Amino acid sequence: MTETGQYNFAYLDEQTKRMIRRALLKALAVPGYQVPFASREMPMPYGWGTGGVQVTAACLVPDDTLKVIDQGADDTTNAVSIRKFFQRTAGVAVTERTDEASVIQTRHRIPETPLKAGQILVYQVPIPEPLRFLEPRETETRKMHALQEYGLMHVKLYEDIARHGNIATSYAYPVKVEGRYVMDPSPIPKFDNPKLGMDAIQLFGAGREQRIYALPPHSRVVSLDFEDHPFDPSRADHPCALCGATDTYLDEVITDDAGSRMFVCSDTDYCARRHEAAA
Amino acid sequence: MIEIEIENLSKSFTLHNQGGAVIEVLRGAALDVAAGECVALTGASGSGKSTLMRMIWGNYRAGAGRLRVAGLDIAAAEPREIIALRRETLGYVSQFLRVVPRVPTREVVAEPLLALGTPRAQALARAEALLARLNIPRALWDLSPTTFSGGEQQRVNIARGFVHPYPVLLLDEPTASLDALNRETVLALIEEAKARGAAIVGIFHDTEARDRVADRIVDVTRFSPGAA
Amino acid sequence: MNEFSAKIRGRAAEGPLLRVEGIEKRYGARIGCTGVSFDLWPGEVMGIVGESGSGKSTLLSCLAGQMAPDAGRVLYRTRDEGLVDTAAMSEPRRRLLARTDWAFVHQNPRDGLRMGVSAGGNVGERLMAVGARHYGEIRASATEWLGRVEIAADRIDDRPRAFSGGMQQRLQIARNLVTGPRLVFMDEPTGGLDVSVQARLLDLLRGLVREMGLSAIVVTHDLAVVRLLADRLMVMRGGRVVEAGLTDQVLDDPQHAYTQLLVSSVLQA
Repeated sequence: MTETGQYNFAYLDEQTKRMIRRALLKALAVPGYQVPFASREMPMPYGWGTGGVQVTAACLVPDDTLKVIDQGADDTTNAVSIRKFFQRTAGVAVTERTDEASVIQTRHRIPETPLKAGQILVYQVPIPEPLRFLEPRETETRKMHALQEYGLMHVKLYEDIARHGNIATSYAYPVKVEGRYVMDPSPIPKFDNPKLGMDAIQLFGAGREQRIYALPPHSRVVSLDFEDHPFDPSRADHPCALCGATDTYLDEVITDDAGSRMFVCSDTDYCARRHEAAA
Repeated sequence: MIEIEIENLSKSFTLHNQGGAVIEVLRGAALDVAAGECVALTGASGSGKSTLMRMIWGNYRAGAGRLRVAGLDIAAAEPREIIALRRETLGYVSQFLRVVPRVPTREVVAEPLLALGTPRAQALARAEALLARLNIPRALWDLSPTTFSGGEQQRVNIARGFVHPYPVLLLDEPTASLDALNRETVLALIEEAKARGAAIVGIFHDTEARDRVADRIVDVTRFSPGAA
Repeated sequence: MNEFSAKIRGRAAEGPLLRVEGIEKRYGARIGCTGVSFDLWPGEVMGIVGESGSGKSTLLSCLAGQMAPDAGRVLYRTRDEGLVDTAAMSEPRRRLLARTDWAFVHQNPRDGLRMGVSAGGNVGERLMAVGARHYGEIRASATEWLGRVEIAADRIDDRPRAFSGGMQQRLQIARNLVTGPRLVFMDEPTGGLDVSVQARLLDLLRGLVREMGLSAIVVTHDLAVVRLLADRLMVMRGGRVVEAGLTDQVLDDPQHAYTQLLVSSVLQA
């Protein structure tokens, strides 16, 4: 018996997938709105991407090709584990190439290669509520979203400017979707915020917090800012040491004990391909 | 023009916590005061002079009878109408200076003008002019009057009462605790008020002062219960 | 008559700002407050005094929309629709009202401030909540308001945790008044403050009320506070209003037995 015979396709039972798909449809119908869902116990602890895994599991069909990245890299332990999980439970093809994947699950980065219509990007989300750190009460934050009371979000940005001279939030930078809901785009660097208006479908899953939200293709997504302190996605000062790209998000890699460092593209696939093309 | 109309006015106090004892102070009081006129209330201590004055001011509730100031029926008036009356029309210089602690003297005196919306600079200038006229040393203008001597407090009280040209003025012992020089100034202020048409009711224990400014004398003991 | 009193008269000509009809709130069989009715006019300050258990705080909660009364209505004169029953208002509308036209000053400033947010952020929040999006302007407004409540401008980035009780209370006042509300509810605004600080705060409140033409309802057990701040007074006992009228009249010529007792019980310093 093949290993996949031991599990239902993509691990989750069909009823669960149905429940999640309903939540996904609702989320796509109300962009940026956090839809509660009955998050299941997964074979990994909370905080390790269970939300993303459940969304991916509900979306996969046998002829999908799956890519999994963690901070842009396909080869970290977690990315490898999740990819193997779906190989084993769904038997789908896997790839490291962004343009060949139909479903991409990501932790904290958007691939540099622009995504196309027909692709699905699934984000792993730790804390879905953008207002959580200022307003700990769930009852209050729900009301604030319902009544569009987002003054507090700007208070946070105000505090940043007062304390640091500029908006210091560098990741999980809050955005306003379709002029209605304020959303946390998951802990992607603010550098990635401009990519949030894309041709692919974006789905966000928070397993521990039990929320799903979504951005349909071509959603209008605006990063919050002040008139006199406009949003700045920030650029690196250096090109990538491996492929020479000047417009990607870079990781800093310490190369020896003397503190030498190099800056390389965080998106390993993108960097490798550029490298290939140059060779 | 009659500014104060009092007819058949009565007042008694019921002390519920002393067995419901009723103290009748005034019965059938009558008084009319015209613009430009100063009426002095006389009568022994406890005969009701201050009581009557406080009733005109709206501080004591009127019993039966008629009490109108500048056309407003005091007994029937809403609190905000009395407040408006006190702000614009009716001034009261009591025997005691009651102030918010820590407010400087010049602000205390300027307050009635500020309450009327007078620009701050103008209000303060007028306050200072009066304080100077009443011989309050400039050095004291920035201090709260709560630590002043009795005479100084009285003069601050008077300054506050005259800073705005009230059409109706109530003065309770305006010259008490004052030396000859300041008494003269206060009497001059009263005469100026009369000249501009104010209707004034005053209580003066100082008979000279009373005779100088009062046009008529009304003996309040006439209105004591039991009086013939 | 000058421009100022003309303004007050003009506003008064529209009618009362708040109309309260037969408010009653019960806790099971126990009466919280009952039979309370009055009109509050623009620019008027109403004091509600009573001892513990008199029902004054219950009444304030009902008036401020924090609790729904069991009977009676609270009607507020909105800017565009005349008198509206606040209980019948939709929640979003009521919350918007609470952020713009109304203000609530809590006895404990910690209940009315965000302790983890800077003074400037606290004052600016209401502005940002109604759409202010220019950092420089928000900060300038916050600085101006801190000045009006006598907090030094260089404290704008400090958190309220670092402030004294009196300063926290003044910050709470600034935070509430920055959007120019028309009606302010105050619950023991000077309770818990040192005596010397109380005097300054009361004078500040008086000045702001007058300058801004605010109406206010102030609940307190302290007669000195009402004498200073309130135009009119309601004395409550056992959930009922036993006496009401002009403040100095009620305090100097009390008619009701309980009021007489209350007034005579105040210690003279």
